Amino acid sequence: MLAYIIRRVFQSVIVLLVVGLVAFSMFRFVGDPVDNMLGQERTQTDIDRLRTDLGLDKPFPVQYFKFLQGAVQGNFGVSYRQGRPVSTIIAERAPATLELALVSGFLAISIGIALGVFTAIRRNGIAANTIMTLSLIGVSLPTFLIGILLIYIFSVELDLLPSFGRGETVQIGGWSTGFLTASGLKALILPSITLGLYQMTLIMRLVRSEMLEVLRADYVRFARARGLAERAINFRHALKNTLVPVITVTGLQLGSIIAFAIITETVFQWPGVGLLFINAIQFVDIPVMAAYLMLISVMFVGINLIVDLLYFAIDPRLRVDGRTA
Amino acid sequence: MTLLDINKLTVEFPTRRKVFRAVDAASLTVEPGQIHGLVGESGAGKSTIGAAVLGLLERPGHITGGDIVFKGDTISGLNADAMRKLRGKKISMIFQDPLTSLNPLFTVKEQLVETIQAHHDVSDAEAVQRARDLIDRVGIPDPDTRLDQYPHQFSGGMRQRVVIALALCSEPDVIIADEPTTALDVSVQAQILELIKELARERQVGVILVTHDMGVIAETTDVVTVMYAGEVVESGPTEQVMGRPEHPYTQSLIAAVPRPTLKLHRFPQISYGGRETRFAIEDLARNWPKVENDPSKPLYEIKGITKRFLQKRGLLPWSREYFTAVDQVSFDIKPGEVFGVVGESGSGKSTVARMIAGLYQVDEGEVIFDGKTVSNLGDKAVQEAYRQDIQMIFQDPFSSLNPRMRVDEIVAEPIRHHKLMEGNAIQKRVEDLLDQVGLGASAALKYPHEFSGGQRQRISIARALATQPRFLICDEPTSALDVSIQAQILNILKDLQEHLGLTMLFISHDLPVVRQMCDRVAVMKAGKIVEIQDTESLFANPQTEYTRELLDLMPKLDDLSTENLE
Repeated sequence: MLAYIIRRVFQSVIVLLVVGLVAFSMFRFVGDPVDNMLGQERTQTDIDRLRTDLGLDKPFPVQYFKFLQGAVQGNFGVSYRQGRPVSTIIAERAPATLELALVSGFLAISIGIALGVFTAIRRNGIAANTIMTLSLIGVSLPTFLIGILLIYIFSVELDLLPSFGRGETVQIGGWSTGFLTASGLKALILPSITLGLYQMTLIMRLVRSEMLEVLRADYVRFARARGLAERAINFRHALKNTLVPVITVTGLQLGSIIAFAIITETVFQWPGVGLLFINAIQFVDIPVMAAYLMLISVMFVGINLIVDLLYFAIDPRLRVDGRTA
Repeated sequence: MTLLDINKLTVEFPTRRKVFRAVDAASLTVEPGQIHGLVGESGAGKSTIGAAVLGLLERPGHITGGDIVFKGDTISGLNADAMRKLRGKKISMIFQDPLTSLNPLFTVKEQLVETIQAHHDVSDAEAVQRARDLIDRVGIPDPDTRLDQYPHQFSGGMRQRVVIALALCSEPDVIIADEPTTALDVSVQAQILELIKELARERQVGVILVTHDMGVIAETTDVVTVMYAGEVVESGPTEQVMGRPEHPYTQSLIAAVPRPTLKLHRFPQISYGGRETRFAIEDLARNWPKVENDPSKPLYEIKGITKRFLQKRGLLPWSREYFTAVDQVSFDIKPGEVFGVVGESGSGKSTVARMIAGLYQVDEGEVIFDGKTVSNLGDKAVQEAYRQDIQMIFQDPFSSLNPRMRVDEIVAEPIRHHKLMEGNAIQKRVEDLLDQVGLGASAALKYPHEFSGGQRQRISIARALATQPRFLICDEPTSALDVSIQAQILNILKDLQEHLGLTMLFISHDLPVVRQMCDRVAVMKAGKIVEIQDTESLFANPQTEYTRELLDLMPKLDDLSTENLE
């Protein structure tokens, strides 16, 4: 088990190195940061001096190596645009994105699984069919459109919820939270629905199809023949057996909730890392972009590792070391 | 008092086009302590009766006539909730496949305790104690350790014991056992049947034993009911029905059972219901290349072949562990003979077949075919030529045919692969083959799911014959089929040997079938051959203890009628 984890972590490090390399080699095509940083009145000497200061005169493998050297010490360099350490900037912005992702992830999983089980059990019921039809909309509408629609209905027409920003936040240590104020909570509603809707419908459809499969299995028929209650059969015997594929997909989807919160953050002007990234691209702020991409890949790799470990927790057949069943 | 009285039960499944009557006015009764056999071919409606008694009919099936009376109370037509209370508590069920009827994600204890507490209001500790007693009762050694294990840690027979323990949780009065031993080895089958007999006697439980296996019926049941196409055709004490069958269907069914004591040249083809399908061996033989079998030279020489499977992976060679599936196996196959390999599951018999077919690499030893080494072929040309000369027929006719391919594509594939023909000639050949195996040329445009198990096995045979091979490997070709269909397929294989001079490797766990089919037999145990003999002398005079045990475990079919046999 421990050997397995070590092996996986080792693989993860390789993945991270490759991601970093690819990201770094692409930055050269985004533009020249020096153009943005110096004003109109620059001279060639200014440009050369700044290039040397930033280390941009060195070949790109050397730049990458220097970046890695800093990164393992938690130092991602200084933002070209803001002139502050990247780690500080990201630390300021991360709570907003993480809270948003947490809420929408929670909504997606809880509602998705509940609806999935419901539509599988009541396969041909009117309610289940209605949900299935509506879920098609959730899958097919693009995120920004859902966001704009929600803003139009709930902010513009009904004037119930704020259309942008995080509302009031409270600082706890270095973490700014919107969970503790009424306006902060209200501000979370629309963005988290927007962000989680796609994942929710996806999880729901997945749980449903897996459930339908499992409900036909012999052990479910046998459980029924033993006279177990329907509730125990559906939620204990059947649901647990659907979890392995569901976790696989859900894990990756949660990763993308955080990684691709960019669109939602843009629509709702949510002050998170996604918005930071968009601004960084416009300004060719290489340290911020590099740090963000590394952060996202660490997260994906981490989620994948957790998903694999969850397999072991759920399915005892995987726990027996290498023995064939 | 009669425990269960099924009276003129009719079950219908309405479909879009018509109503399908799965059970048609069937009646039977079960007394306490009695084992009532329910026998018939697949589709006869025997499992449907079991499901109807438990109220577990798959929708849209429902009871349209007759009633089911349990201890004086009519239980057919009860609502779902009342049915659930009855289920498990008074009437339990044992399913066919112990590998799939236990939930893989829960320990045996969790599943037992859950079931016990669903029926009895007992504390956790007491439920665990009861679970332990049950595990002990069904003969699982070391119950304390076994309780905390998961189903995948049990062998097939032990899992079926767990299933029986689960069925006993609620102390039922009636147990419906639906093909409880079909998926098990002969030795395990005998133990499980013995256990069911003991429980019936000891707890005065009435058992309905649903099976298609006449041997199981003859060995285990007190009373038997024979079903055909949803109707009861004959019913009575087992000895009477098996020994002096009155209905022509029962007679044909019994005649088709392979006898362990009697070798038949061909199985009698007594058709009932006009379902017999011909096999045009003469047409096939006319276009078959003449093979001169030289009996002095073996067709195959198998020399000390060994196969190891990696059991524990490791980065370093010495940290890896291997499981030796086949260990130094050697034998010769003479041209034109049917060579049998028998053994229990896990004995390595299928692995031997796969190594000969070239599907597995041989770790040690070699396979020599017609004087040429064919194991672990490097030479592409020899490989292709060899592949054309040998073909395989697999056990499961459902998974050995690609469901997305049309039958003509399936049969034509080997011809196309070996570039034996081109264009319209292929189509013609495929249609001829399908016609010759008795499916008719019109089968070409259908998909495999449109055929029954026996018909699919005929498609497999057509596919195997497409390259006009000299050697056929049959890996349990009939163990998924009903007896009468089995008799037909075995007759076809006999014809192929006789008229086309085909040599065969016949793998089976079913000794009576092996006796009918094979000229010589090798008995395998744990990867090794324990005995090779001519079939007749093996059955008459086994040389090893293991073979003797296997022969003893064969169901005794002495009571079966021998009428209609040649």
